[in-house]
Amino acid sequence: MKLEGLRENFRITGDIVLMLRECIACTFSRPFYWGRLLEQIIQLGIGSLGISIVIGTVTGLVMTLQFGYGLERFGGTLYVPAIVSLSLLRELAPIFTSLLIAGRIGSGISAELAAMNVTSQIDAIRALGTNPMRVLVVPRVIAAILSLHLLGTLSAFCGILGGFVIAKIEFNIPFGFYMNKVLTTIRLTDVFGSMAKCAIFALIISLLACYRGFQPQEGTKGVGKATTWVVVTTSTIILVSDFFLSKILILMFN
Amino acid sequence: MDKILEVKNMAKNFESKMIHKNVSFYLNQGETLGLLGHSGTGKSVLLRSIIGLEDIDAGEIFYRGNRIDNLSEKQLYEVRKKISYSFQNGALFDSVNVFENIAYPLFEHTRLQEREISIKVKEILKIVNMEDAISKMPSELSGGMQKRVGLARSMALDPDILLYDEPTAGLDPMNVDMVIEVIRRFKHQGFAGILVTHDIPVAKKVCDRLLILKEGVIHFTGTIAEFDASEDIFVKTFHIADE
Repeated sequence: MKLEGLRENFRITGDIVLMLRECIACTFSRPFYWGRLLEQIIQLGIGSLGISIVIGTVTGLVMTLQFGYGLERFGGTLYVPAIVSLSLLRELAPIFTSLLIAGRIGSGISAELAAMNVTSQIDAIRALGTNPMRVLVVPRVIAAILSLHLLGTLSAFCGILGGFVIAKIEFNIPFGFYMNKVLTTIRLTDVFGSMAKCAIFALIISLLACYRGFQPQEGTKGVGKATTWVVVTTSTIILVSDFFLSKILILMFN
Repeated sequence: MDKILEVKNMAKNFESKMIHKNVSFYLNQGETLGLLGHSGTGKSVLLRSIIGLEDIDAGEIFYRGNRIDNLSEKQLYEVRKKISYSFQNGALFDSVNVFENIAYPLFEHTRLQEREISIKVKEILKIVNMEDAISKMPSELSGGMQKRVGLARSMALDPDILLYDEPTAGLDPMNVDMVIEVIRRFKHQGFAGILVTHDIPVAKKVCDRLLILKEGVIHFTGTIAEFDASEDIFVKTFHIADE
């Protein structure tokens, strides 16, 4: 039974790698659906703007509050801006935004494609002489990558600003000092590292969601199963891969 | 007569279940072939196999003398512009309206200007008596209407062969007559078609030959006259359905 499960996981991994390969090939060949890409950016990216701002800001508020009171006991309140900004940019913003996106757009993509699959719409795209990978997958994957790395950065920025509000109200840290600490702590490689993480997480989310949506479904019940699978699997992969990505980024830039 | 499509010794299995075994038939230019059989005999699978939506396990399929069953998905896109498939449920894209559904293959495969596409879509919709629904979303249409729009979309590229998957199922008598008229019209233009149906009177009205599937093999093939004259017990069950 375990061997069977392992084999199944290898098969899924192989299918996803093949899908990625086809997706890359379709991205760099004609026709490219710019209109559909724009539509997806609006739907996936702009649609997630508000919630990313909220998540980032709230994380910044909580982090500053916790670190502020935690470090106050050791007289380290002045380190709060550096710790909050660095942890937000390197870890919390990419992770939280990606998990949120996995829930929001990952499930959305898989549900939409699974429903299209159930109602033969994907077959119809094929039957009309067009490639569903090009029409459906490529715009979603590229839109997710373009959107998520910007959303992650925006989320970190909002978190840093949120952190300032608490730093000022609770610990009376002036804006100039706060920003000076933030800017001298954060390096450009941290920003790029954060963006790279988000882009990789976006690729994982969108590719897995598209893969699951394309699989044969057991009717409408299968649509529900597909969305659950996508959220659970992508969240787990994001959390596990985050460790390895962090290690790689530290080795590269520290 | 020129054979436009030929299926030789085709076999198809779903895991351990045999769907087709040694299925062979041909379709002549300008001919409409009726494909009959009880539910679950793989009529739709046969149509899907012809255009490569299903892989076959054995046999060969030829279109205009060229083998198509061994083509890659990319090569099949060209074939599918010439052999069109009208889905049983219409399979309309539910996120766009009727116009965009029918215009989709035209935008994809022709160099027509938007204005010309608009004219063409209106013409096609008129044929299926759906011109008033041009800006409606599929969710606003009844099942029968969706089916007619699906039929219209499959005709958009003026294919050589149209595969009709139960185009009259669930339609009211008036719309059945309209679909019959569409199939006849297509046939009179010299194009070929394969009609999957349970509706024997419809099959007799539009088909030149009939082919009956039973337990994965072709049980009967012949003209309408031969079908009517057949004394075969299984074929006679279809006569009963005709009465």
